[in-house]
Parts: sequence; C-alpha cells; structure tokens
Amino acid sequence: MVDVPLDTFGGLPPPEVPDVDLYHPKSWVTKYVFSQDAKVIAIQYSATAMSIGLLALVLSWLMRLQLGFPSIFSFIDATAYYQFVTMHGMMMVVYVLTALFLGGFGNYLIPLMVGARDMVFPYANMLSYWLYLLAVVILLASFFVPGGPTGAGWTLYPPQAILSGTPGRDWGIMLMLISLIIFIIGFTMGGLNYVVTVLQARARGMTLMRMPLTVWGIFTASFMALLAFPALLVGAVMMLFDRLLGTSFFMPSLVEMGEHLSYGGGSPILFQHLFWFFGHPEVYIVALPAFGIVSDLISVHARKNIFGYRMMVWAILAIGALSFVVWAHHMYVSGMNPYFGFFFATSTLIIAVPTAIKIYNWVLTLWRGNIRLTLPMLFALAFIVTFINGGLTGLFLGNVVVDVPLSDTMFVVAHFHMVMGVAPVLAIFGAIYHWYPKVTGRMLDETLGRIHFWITFLGAYLIFFPMHYLGLMGVPRRYHEMGEMAFVPQSAQTLNAFITVMALIVGTAQMVFFFNVVWSYFKGKPAGHNPWEAASLEWQTPETPPPHGNWGRELPVVYRWAYDYSVPGAASDFVPQNQPVASRPASDEDR
Amino acid sequence: MAIALALVLVVIGSILFHLFSPWWWTPIASNWRYIDDTIIVTFWITGAVFAAVVLFMAYCVFRFRHHPGRRAAYEPENKKLETWLTVITTIGVAALLAPGLFVWNQFITVPEDATDVEVVGQQWQWSFRLPGADRRLGKSDIRAISADNPLGLVTDDPAGTDDIVIQGGELHLPLDKPVKVLLRSTDVVHDFFVPEFRAKMDLVPGQISYFWLVPTRTGTFEILCAELCGIGHALMRGSVVVENEADHQAWLQEQSRLKLARLPAAQE
Repeated sequence: MVDVPLDTFGGLPPPEVPDVDLYHPKSWVTKYVFSQDAKVIAIQYSATAMSIGLLALVLSWLMRLQLGFPSIFSFIDATAYYQFVTMHGMMMVVYVLTALFLGGFGNYLIPLMVGARDMVFPYANMLSYWLYLLAVVILLASFFVPGGPTGAGWTLYPPQAILSGTPGRDWGIMLMLISLIIFIIGFTMGGLNYVVTVLQARARGMTLMRMPLTVWGIFTASFMALLAFPALLVGAVMMLFDRLLGTSFFMPSLVEMGEHLSYGGGSPILFQHLFWFFGHPEVYIVALPAFGIVSDLISVHARKNIFGYRMMVWAILAIGALSFVVWAHHMYVSGMNPYFGFFFATSTLIIAVPTAIKIYNWVLTLWRGNIRLTLPMLFALAFIVTFINGGLTGLFLGNVVVDVPLSDTMFVVAHFHMVMGVAPVLAIFGAIYHWYPKVTGRMLDETLGRIHFWITFLGAYLIFFPMHYLGLMGVPRRYHEMGEMAFVPQSAQTLNAFITVMALIVGTAQMVFFFNVVWSYFKGKPAGHNPWEAASLEWQTPETPPPHGNWGRELPVVYRWAYDYSVPGAASDFVPQNQPVASRPASDEDR
Repeated sequence: MAIALALVLVVIGSILFHLFSPWWWTPIASNWRYIDDTIIVTFWITGAVFAAVVLFMAYCVFRFRHHPGRRAAYEPENKKLETWLTVITTIGVAALLAPGLFVWNQFITVPEDATDVEVVGQQWQWSFRLPGADRRLGKSDIRAISADNPLGLVTDDPAGTDDIVIQGGELHLPLDKPVKVLLRSTDVVHDFFVPEFRAKMDLVPGQISYFWLVPTRTGTFEILCAELCGIGHALMRGSVVVENEADHQAWLQEQSRLKLARLPAAQE
C-alpha cells in the first residue's frame, strides 16, 4: 500500500491519478464513427434504434390497414401479414426498446450521472454498437432473401417456425436467429460495461443510495439482461441446429402435410420455457429504465424529491428479482403441467405489489409539489396513466384462470402494447425532451412538442383501450382478417377501422417529433448548462454538450443525493449533487 | 391545465366506454361462469384503482401547478404512509388471487364421470374422435399416421375399434354432461378455442394436453385456432354442436352406422 496524503476531503485519496491519458480521438473517424466515447456510442445506438422504430411503425401501419380495411390492400396477404407481425414485434422489443434504453440512454446517462469519465471498457463498448448494427443489418437483409422474413410471430415457437407452413422458413428464420445471436453477443459487451461502470467508476461521494433512479433502473435492467438473454441465445442456437442440422431439441415426431419428418423426441414446450425465461425479464428490462427515467422527470419538474427513494430502489430490485420467477404466466394454456399455474399466478401477482408502490410514489411526488408542466413532465404523466392501465390489465392475464379466455386474444395485444409498448415509448419521448438540451445544447421546440404530445398520448390510448374489448369478445390475435365469426357483431369491424385510422394519425404525429429533433439541432433555442434547474450530476458538467471525458480537469465530488429540491432554508429550489454541504464534512448522513 | 382535464376525461371516457359500448363477451355456453365472475370482480377492483389514482393525479396537477414564488414541500419519506399503501395493495392483490386460484383448481380437476373426447389439430383443420360403446378411446401413435389412418390410431388396441372418427365435420357434445377434451397435434402447436366455452388449451405435438367443461347451452359454436400455426391460421375453423342427450345418441348411432358402411371399402 502506498501512503495516501490526507487532502481537503477528509482523508480521501485524490479523485484520480494525475496526468491520466484519456486517449482522446485523433481523427474524424475515431471521433464520430469508430468512437469509444460512450456519448457518441449512445447517439449511434439511439439513431439506429429510432430508424428501426420508424420501420416498425410502418409495418404496424400495414398490419392495421389490413385489419381495418380487410381485402382492400391485395398485397397484404396472410404471408405478408405474418411477416409484418413478426418483424414489428421483434424489432420493437429487442432492436428498438432494449437497444434504446440500455445502449442509448444507458451509454449517455450512466457515466454522466455517476460522475465517470466514460464507460470502464470503452473498446468493448464500441464493439457492442457495431455488433448491434451488424445484427440489425442481418435482420433487415431478411426482407430481401427468397421467401422473405420469417412469419413465425415474434415468439418464434417451434415446430411451426421451421416448418414449411410458415413464411420465411428457408432463409428468414435463419437470419432472424443469427441476428438475435449477434445482438446478444453485442449486448453482453455493452451490458457488462453498464454494470461494471456503475459498480466501479462512480465519483467520490456517489454512494449507491445517492444514485439517481434512472441509473438504478438501467443498472438493474442491464444486470437482468445479462442473465436473461443467454436463455434466448441457447434457444436460438438450438433452433438453428434443428433447422440446419436436423437435430430435435424442440421437434417431436411429426407429420407435415401427410409426410413423416425425421425429427423425434424433442419438446416444443422446452423452447417456450427458454423463450419466456428471457421474454418475461425482457418486459422489465424495458420497464425498469422507464421507471427510473420517469421518477427523475417527475422529481425535477415537480421541484420535489422523489417520494420514498429507498423504497423505490428496493422496489426496482424486487421487481428485477421476481421477474425471473414469473415467466410461465405466458404459458398458462400452453399444455404445460397445470399445477405450475398456482405458483406462477402467485408470483405474478406478488410482483404487482412493488410495481404498485412505484406508482404510488410517483403520484405522491406530485402531491404538494410545484409542478412545471414542461414537455418531459407531460410525457411522464402520460406514462403513468398508460402504465397503470396496462399494469392493471396484467392482473387479468396474470391471474391464471382469468387468462384462459383472454389468452391469445386481442386483449393480450392491447395489454402489452399499453404496458411495454406505449408506456416505455412515452418515457423515451419524455427523456428525449428532457436530455436533448444536454446532448445538443439546444432546446426542442415547445409548440411542435406539444402537438406531438397530445396526439401521441390521447391517440395511443384511443387505439389500445378499445382493443381490449375485441379480445374480451374472443377475437384472436394474429389473424390477418377476422373473416366470418358468428360471435362477433358487425360493429366490431367499425371499431377495427377506427383503430386503424387512429394508428395512422398517431404514426404521422411521430414525424413531427423527428422533424423537431432535426430542426432544433440547428435552430433550437440555446439551452445553457442546466435549463431545467436539475440537481443530478449530468447537468453540472463544465461544458454543454460535454466533451470526451465529460468533466474537464477534475472529477466531481458528490455530497448529497440527486433529489435536493425545495430544501427548506436553501437559497434556490434545487441544490446540485456536487455542491458541498456548508461547514460540515461529507458523510452518508447527508442526503 | 389541459392535462388535468385530459386525465379526468380519460377516466370518465374509459368508464363510459366500458359500460355503454356494444362490445362485450359473447353469452357463455359452459360451466365456466366462475371465470366470468372473476373477470367481473377484476374489472371492478382494477377500474376503481385506475379511477382513484388517475383522478388523484389530475387533482395534484391542478392543485400544485407551478406558481412563481411557491416552494414544493420537502418530505423524503413517510414510513407510515408507505407501509399502509403496501399493506392495502397486498390485501387487494390477495383478494384477486384467491378466487383465481380457487377456480383454477376446479379448472384442472376433471370430474370422474367426464367423457373423453379427442381433438386433433393439423395444418389447418380440426378432427375429432369420440369413444364408442366402451366409453374408452383407443391408443394413438403419430408414427401410425397414413393416408388410411389420418389420426394415427393403433389398430391392435381393442378399445379403439369402436371409436368414432370425424374428419372435417362437426363435433357434437351432449348438453349438461362433463367432457374431458384431450388435445393433440400432428404437426405444430395449435389452440382449441371456443369463445362461448371460455376455456382454451394448446395442442402440442408430442404430448396430450387437456381441459374439461360442461356444455350448458344448446347451439352451434365456432371453433377457432388461437395459437399461430402458419399461413392458414385464421382459416382453421370448425364447429361444435351442443345438443340434448336424445339428439346426441341419435347422432352417435348415425356416426357408427357410417363407420360400418365405410369399413368394407377400406379393407379392399
């Protein structure tokens, strides 16, 4: 051990080794293309994910056109419809939401919010993005191969995913599986970075229980993803073997169109277990970062500390842990041992408790606040409404016997779009309106933002709320047309047409957003360093946008939690995390 | 203030839609009224929570909106409030879960006197098999499937000789008699779904799954496939006819007669 000289911070070693070489990029290519700066990687991730999101949006339009006005659009036949369904689902869940929350927000916010100069493994971080891009390119390539992309549904259930009755059986399914495998390898590099950075690279004074909830959310989600994605990885590898090498991991003896196939002895349900062992934590991998972000947006814009911070942290961890023991609630009617139903229904409903606590604490943060109805706040409020709605319908589907009539119907489609489609997207929009000024130094346009907000919030609600009732009637999901169903009244088609029109309107409103993002980059109002008067560390950077290395000559030192808003006796209504506590040494007692 | 108003409208609009929209479940035709009841209870509890929380939010947004010079309250935690909310939520969740598990136990406990009926799925049609006079279904084996034996019945099983096989026709079930529906598939995963019965279950190749019900209303009901099974998924339909005992016996006799009539042809 080296003797460390006592310094002004009460006996702690100096914040960093002097003359640290940050390996600043030396050319345009290493600065903007093969960049190792987490912030550039974040923007690369976000831009790629949002482009895929735009494509997924167009696919959803095509599906809705077919459902709303069946047999008018002759090019959308059953084959095309199933390909759109599959690609829309997989793109949104994995390539958009996971990539955007963890690769985008994780990369940008973790180092800034914990007071680090960068991710701890910048090179692996760069590789993570390029593997992600490769996975995206392979996924998109499946649109151009013979037979087109797979139409197996995003759940890719075998045997149908690799049999000839399903579109894209020749090339599409293989490209999908290979793309997923590469995505997971790439994500693992990023995910390890996020976790280790949070654990190892926090600024001095940034104890775990002083971290903003955004970091807690992304950190926990990354940790979960590292545990959950391997299940999908092995599932994908085994299915690829079944398809290419004729193994029978998931394939029992079967007869296809009168012909005996050479498979035998495998279990289709095994794949479902593997898929949902990944698939359910995946829901929370998307939800927890949204939880964290919304907590911070509400706190900053209500000028009030997040209510029950410690409870919020424990709720995040509890949800993260519990989400690994609820997966088979996707499989109540799968033919698995029915006694599983008791366990999985119980664990599923238990998870409602920490989730409800989070909702209460958001709402109680508003109570006696000083609420600024900024765009991030509006989106955060919309998130809460949408998330409550989707969460409550989860109590229907989680409660085993109630799931029986509703499973595989449009009720499920409505539920998961509310809870892990619309709600996280609203959180993403709120986050972009909130952090765009830090990223670019300019504000997003307020008027365009409000147009975008109102159409998106109310429009999405009008799309998905009525959809539950189609499912309650018994309309199954994944039907390219309802056709004649004796139990469905004619008026249901009117409802379908209405939903389609709303989907077109809401989708179009997103163009306003994309225009705003581009336009404001050049013409937006200059933002300054801290336009929202926020206390957390990322707003205290010496430069905006922060350059490589984030903090200039000296790393910040943290003296308090991220939520010192409206502290009695303080001069202003927020106290930055790095503002020393007057006349007292820093200790854990000060929050 | 538009947002506070919007939140109130979302609550009112959702409740009005729920109460007055023409879209609601189709009248039930099985014994699973308990499932409907549990759904209704869940609607009440979740609806009340949704309304309460969103209206409270609307109130907060309106009452505590930003004013120059105002300061928010400073209250990091409130142990007592947090504990209370946790306890109340736990009770509410338990109130939903208990009836759910209770009914699930009934759902998976098949009565002794239930008649076995087999449903076989293949891309993209339904076939059915009912036991003959011995009330037992014969064994089946996927390897026995051939053009003459589309369901793969094991020919040397005596229990199977009087089984009634229906291909491409309607399934007939007797009114008010418990039926255990045995499900298997010859190719991919399908799902047997009759909305009026409320029950559904997947048909998985390589295994036999089941559920049971008592049909409680005569009529013809549509069978849908509810698990994506390839491009013909939406067209994989069938019919189930629920009829009284006398009609059902007559139908069974007719099917047996047809089977005997077909036999010599098959043997040539």
